[in-house]
Amino acid sequence: MLKDAAKFEPKIVAFCCNWCSYAGADGAGTARKNYPANVKIIKVPCSCRVNPMFILRAFQRGADGVILCGCHPGDCHYSTGNYYTRRRMALLMSMLNFMGVAEDRFRVEWVSAAEGAKFAEVMNDFVVQITALGENVKLRDLRCKK
Amino acid sequence: MVINNKERAEMLRQLAGTNVSLCIQCGRCSANCPVAWKMDVLPHRFVYELLNGGNVDVLLEAKSPWKCLSCFSCAERCPKGVSPAAIMEAVRLTHIRAQGNNKLNPADLENYDDKMPQQAIVAAFRKFNK
Amino acid sequence: MQKIGVFVCWCGSNIAGTVDVAAVVEAVKKIPDVAYAVDYKYMCSEEGQKIIKDAVEEYGLDRIVVCSCSPRMHEATFRKCAESIGINPYMVEIANIREQCSWVLKDVKVATEKAIQLAKAAIAKVRFNNPLHPGQSQVVKRALVIGGGIAGIQTALDIADAGYKVDILEKEPTIGGKMAQIDKTFPTLDCSACILTPKMVDAACHENITIHTYSDLEAVSGYVGNFDVTIRKKARSVKADICSGCGICTEKCPARKTPSEFDEGLRNRGAIYIPFAQAIPKVPVIDREACLKFKTGKCGVCSIVCPNGAIDYTQEDELITEKYGAIVLATGFELIDLENYGNLGYGRSKNVITSMQLERLTNAAGPTEGHLVCPASGKEPKSVVIVSCVGSRDTSGRGKTYCSKVCCMYNAKHAMYIREKYPNVDVTVFYIDVRTPGKGFDEFQRRAVEEYGVHYVRGQVGKIMSDKEGNLTVFASDLNSGRHLMLNPDLVVLACAVKPAKDARKLASMLTASIDTNDFYVEAHPKLRPVESPTAGIFLSGMCQGPKDIPETVSQAGAAAAKVIGLLAKDKLMTNPCTAKCNEQICSGCLTCTNVCPYGAISGVEKEVVTLNGTREKRVVAVVNEALCQGCGACTVACPSASMDLQGFTNKQILAEVDALC
Repeated sequence: MLKDAAKFEPKIVAFCCNWCSYAGADGAGTARKNYPANVKIIKVPCSCRVNPMFILRAFQRGADGVILCGCHPGDCHYSTGNYYTRRRMALLMSMLNFMGVAEDRFRVEWVSAAEGAKFAEVMNDFVVQITALGENVKLRDLRCKK
Repeated sequence: MVINNKERAEMLRQLAGTNVSLCIQCGRCSANCPVAWKMDVLPHRFVYELLNGGNVDVLLEAKSPWKCLSCFSCAERCPKGVSPAAIMEAVRLTHIRAQGNNKLNPADLENYDDKMPQQAIVAAFRKFNK
Repeated sequence: MQKIGVFVCWCGSNIAGTVDVAAVVEAVKKIPDVAYAVDYKYMCSEEGQKIIKDAVEEYGLDRIVVCSCSPRMHEATFRKCAESIGINPYMVEIANIREQCSWVLKDVKVATEKAIQLAKAAIAKVRFNNPLHPGQSQVVKRALVIGGGIAGIQTALDIADAGYKVDILEKEPTIGGKMAQIDKTFPTLDCSACILTPKMVDAACHENITIHTYSDLEAVSGYVGNFDVTIRKKARSVKADICSGCGICTEKCPARKTPSEFDEGLRNRGAIYIPFAQAIPKVPVIDREACLKFKTGKCGVCSIVCPNGAIDYTQEDELITEKYGAIVLATGFELIDLENYGNLGYGRSKNVITSMQLERLTNAAGPTEGHLVCPASGKEPKSVVIVSCVGSRDTSGRGKTYCSKVCCMYNAKHAMYIREKYPNVDVTVFYIDVRTPGKGFDEFQRRAVEEYGVHYVRGQVGKIMSDKEGNLTVFASDLNSGRHLMLNPDLVVLACAVKPAKDARKLASMLTASIDTNDFYVEAHPKLRPVESPTAGIFLSGMCQGPKDIPETVSQAGAAAAKVIGLLAKDKLMTNPCTAKCNEQICSGCLTCTNVCPYGAISGVEKEVVTLNGTREKRVVAVVNEALCQGCGACTVACPSASMDLQGFTNKQILAEVDALC
């Protein structure tokens, strides 16, 4: 372990689609469902806007975990966006595996606008999971840090 | 050591392991109970008294836990997933523990139907051992 | 050099209670290009907006970051504010430090740190914001209302009265919905049909309203102002234009084994039937699954007796396509199935009925012409038990978690009119809580007790047994006295929970309208936009959004109509400028993007482009039709040359956010 596990605060980036998961995150807030501050959300119009490049960049910059949340399959605001996400991220998953990044560091979850409690639950669980995995060093490129 | 009502309620809650704060006090548990007509304190009271810091003595002095069949129809029909049967069991356990010895003989268990809920078996032993 | 202004909102104590807003201001001030930063109690207020405006003028700001509540809440407010002082509205970014920070964190230090990071990410993004200009799209001046119950009828009437064309789409053979089945309405006890049927006639006669009954939504495409809808008009097997509605066919039909849906199974109907006498349109429909002609080929009685020759066994489903500017969902409700409540004996004893069945039993137009009888014996009951909360407020997974809202009132109504018509019948209502908020509602319920002598017992029914003779035994509890009760009523009425219509979820998918875990449609904002779906151009009316009684449904129907009228009154709509844009310089013309676009907004066009090394050449490049593009961004990821980018969410912007957060 590079750092003391008790003090390790993972950096987690969450990409949330505007129509379901971002609203779900708002729902978690409105219902005061706590989840750790480690999770920082980036809003995208649809989960299919998330280029695998963004995720790799996050890992390269030192993120310890990345989570991508979209509408449930079939409920995409743009009808088919999350189907693309599902296929693309399955590929990315195997690519991360190939590169030696633990698959568990990246997760795709479907959270609807009504599932504030689920959002908080997923985030809590993911933070626990990433904390257990420890710091991500595999893709990290120190040149990225000024 | 004197244990006050609040602490005893907490002990019972812990022993029962069912979340009484979910109760909406509808009374379906008492309505469903096949031996309710034999009971001096109806099952819903067992939840209610634990919920609002009520009188635990009523529960400990009640005869109902010894009439209870542990059939779980109260828990089964509860719209909120509370188990009054578990509280009945907790009350029985409180009595047995106070008594100091438990005559449960594991060897006797072989003759029982293995489909019977575990708690029902244990509860039956407690009742017969009182 | 850029000049960024950062405005940190306290939101009263909502943010300031957990986030040290002054520390956020201090932290962002140190970031290069931040020309001004300030905190204020309520940024969204007029005073708060004035602070923004003054700062823009004084410091010459060109980009604005507001650290406040969710952009879903006030992004529009701050964009408008920016526009009013000459800054392009798309130069504004929101850092959500309320829903994502102060409301989910308890520790001030942690929350402040996160708020600073979120602010930094927003600042990083705003650097790459470009002014965007919305395009315009036409509005089709026609609305579609899905559902022909009281909610749909009222919405359609209100829109039609304002002078716009409306189509009502109803899946049943007639409009009227559940209200047509009801006998009397609370709290006035006036006859439901007497107030509904005139409205049905109004809708049918209105020059601006077209009614499609026995029809389903087949397909929807398009967007706010321009929906393309295909409606499947199911084959009635009766020519509606020739049929006079005399009803001879329905009387003579020999296949009479199908329980009438309208009478809740209390009597049978023919295979050819009109649901009820006041149906609109009063044209029968043949239920092909029950019809002997369709099943065996031998019958045809209806076509023989029809004086007008209106029966047409060869009729086929018809597809109608139409353009609409707005769509209103008014799909209503149904009662839950009682399969999980076997202990209550429904289905085993005919004398255990649902509230809706009681409505039919007491209705003068019902199967017993309004005589209250036990369905099993046909005799008048001597005592009736009403059970409330059957399947409501149930988190065990058997029923619904919510309160169905209308049952307490209709239980009082049922108890009252049973006691009024049959003073010798004993009525006992078992309840958990009596919930009767509303004008004159509590008074109504009290009247049931005080004037009509209805017994209200605080407790619930556990099980209902029926012996060989059909005698019922009800086991119940009386919580106030702590007694266990055993009653022998002749009739038991179960006040079942309501649930959204079966196709609610399917429709939500077709219209990309949001739906909650109970299948109720989600409103854009629970308080401030209660009749709009988050999807632009889709509106909500009635029970499909949540449990409601008739007065509430009618007022929501009016509200939805007002929103639709507001939309249709516009000649043009501003379109979302966050559309995909192709960098033609590097586009290779592979057109992979056209395959992933769900809107067909991208096409390959041969045009002269300037290449990266400055030469001109003619080749095929992808061109985005901004009116069609909805801005999902699927194409940006599919593009192998990264020439496709999404305005407002460009690669640069998102990567800047990633960099700021990691």
